Amino acid sequence: MGNTGSVKQAYAEILAQLGKENEKIVAIDADLQACSLTDKFSDSFPDRHFNVGIAECNMVGIAAGMATCGKIPFVHSFAMFTAGRAYDQIRNSVVYPHLNVKVMGMYAGFTNGEDGPTHQCVEDLSLMRTIPGNVVLCPSDANETKQMVRAVAEYDGPCYIRMPRSATQTHTDIPGYQFEIGKGVELCDGKDVAIIATGIMVERAMQAAQLLKEEGICARVIDMHTIKPIDRQIILKAADETGAIVTTEDHNIIGGLGSAVAEVLAENRCVPFIRHGVKDAFGKSGKFEAVMELHGLTAQGIIACAKAVIAQK
Amino acid sequence: MNDTELSRKAFLLREQAAGLIYRGKSGHIGSDFSVMDILVTLFYLHLNVSPAQQTDPSRDRFILSKGHTAEALYCILCDKGFFPKEELETFCQFGSKYTGHPNKNINGVEINSGSLGHGLPVGVGMALAGRMQGQPYRVYVVMGDGELAEGSVWEGAMAASHFKLDNLIVIIDRNRLQISGTTESVMNPGDLRSRFESFGWQVWECPGNRIDALDQTISEAKASVGAPALVIANTIKGYGYSAAENQAKWHHKVPSEEEYQQILEELKERRAMIE
Repeated sequence: MGNTGSVKQAYAEILAQLGKENEKIVAIDADLQACSLTDKFSDSFPDRHFNVGIAECNMVGIAAGMATCGKIPFVHSFAMFTAGRAYDQIRNSVVYPHLNVKVMGMYAGFTNGEDGPTHQCVEDLSLMRTIPGNVVLCPSDANETKQMVRAVAEYDGPCYIRMPRSATQTHTDIPGYQFEIGKGVELCDGKDVAIIATGIMVERAMQAAQLLKEEGICARVIDMHTIKPIDRQIILKAADETGAIVTTEDHNIIGGLGSAVAEVLAENRCVPFIRHGVKDAFGKSGKFEAVMELHGLTAQGIIACAKAVIAQK
Repeated sequence: MNDTELSRKAFLLREQAAGLIYRGKSGHIGSDFSVMDILVTLFYLHLNVSPAQQTDPSRDRFILSKGHTAEALYCILCDKGFFPKEELETFCQFGSKYTGHPNKNINGVEINSGSLGHGLPVGVGMALAGRMQGQPYRVYVVMGDGELAEGSVWEGAMAASHFKLDNLIVIIDRNRLQISGTTESVMNPGDLRSRFESFGWQVWECPGNRIDALDQTISEAKASVGAPALVIANTIKGYGYSAAENQAKWHHKVPSEEEYQQILEELKERRAMIE
């Protein structure tokens, strides 16, 4: 535990590995192979890799057509341009007919720091989550990414994976960890508050838990790698056992993880609850960490929310 | 069946499509009547598809990108034995799988369609998959001319020629009308032949409500080598019912009882006139 690993590097490795194991897997890019790193795949399988140019709607349509013929296409671009630009194709040509297409939302959230708001998608979880039957995932580290992508390749149906650009500390290389779609992971136990985190915020949640511990506050951290179907059981258990919940995501607090958890709580449990995330705002151009700081997406930001929610008990 | 018999059949199928719309109280009659001869030519003379071949990987693929003419497609699939007539009679009723736009839960339908501009990219994907798998099938996509304003059509057109997809044939139902007026007044598609040729396509053009002309032109288009093929089929919207011909208002109009009787009468007359 504690090693740093590149999520996108892990993705590139597992996709190439899966390509060896399953000849149905096809990779499609919209001119951003330099970001998706699918050259690892295309070097081994040039006939199963397609660069369709800067045309994301076309890319998703092509993937849908291939899927009807038994292929398992993985399509790649920035989250902004798959979930955002090609929303209609994902909704009508992939998820509605329940086709076996895997949509990658690379460089999600503010991980695309310098490019600014046009390229920083903080709405993709919301867009993808509301499409009926879509599976929506977000890995927190390199290890989880590998297990997740393998599970996604084995799952017969449409999936969206939100991929960060940055490297993260690895938290999931713990004994007994096994990725399962729809099953959140308790990374550390605690009784005072539960921090439910997704993607790169898991790393910050773990830091927050460590710092809270030094102050005598015992925080549970849950890695919610599946936004849909949301793990109701782990949420309700956390509500019952800690009595206070914070969600944290590098995504708009409207429509993403916070909303998904709020929906479960509102219908089932009345406990103090705070959504930590992007407060309905666009990003700014700058270094990734600086943009994160601006939006309070730090361990300190989570700590403040944890203390506030405990005070409401 | 020869061209004459198929021309008669096309009128008979128009009667059936009008019946679905009249009883289902929804549909796109003007476009159904416009596209019917194209679909009849494809399904009875060119497409290698049948109820027995639905999972055959070598079957031809058909995409009705202008999914709003679902009634025309459904009547043909029903006639070809993909599903029984009684089932189709549930068209547009609550809970029916025979929705206003095609979906792949219906036998014979390869892909859900109707969100305009989606069909061509999907067809490109099917054509690429066929090539990868060494399958001999062709992919046929029928698009509307109003649909050409969608940007994804041109993304797909660019990709089809880039990948040299000579196993892909697109037919445009060129009836020159869309919901709010003529295609020229709404968003001028310009010189379609030169536009597609400049995108690297081989282009043919023919009268789109004549089975013999469509048959011959599609046969020629199938011989295209190294480039995707386009057939511009010049049609008349509402063809077969004179009151609806070239009338944009019949795009999505449900006929009254009186109009429905007139439609049936005229279609029967036109069918009888074919020699």
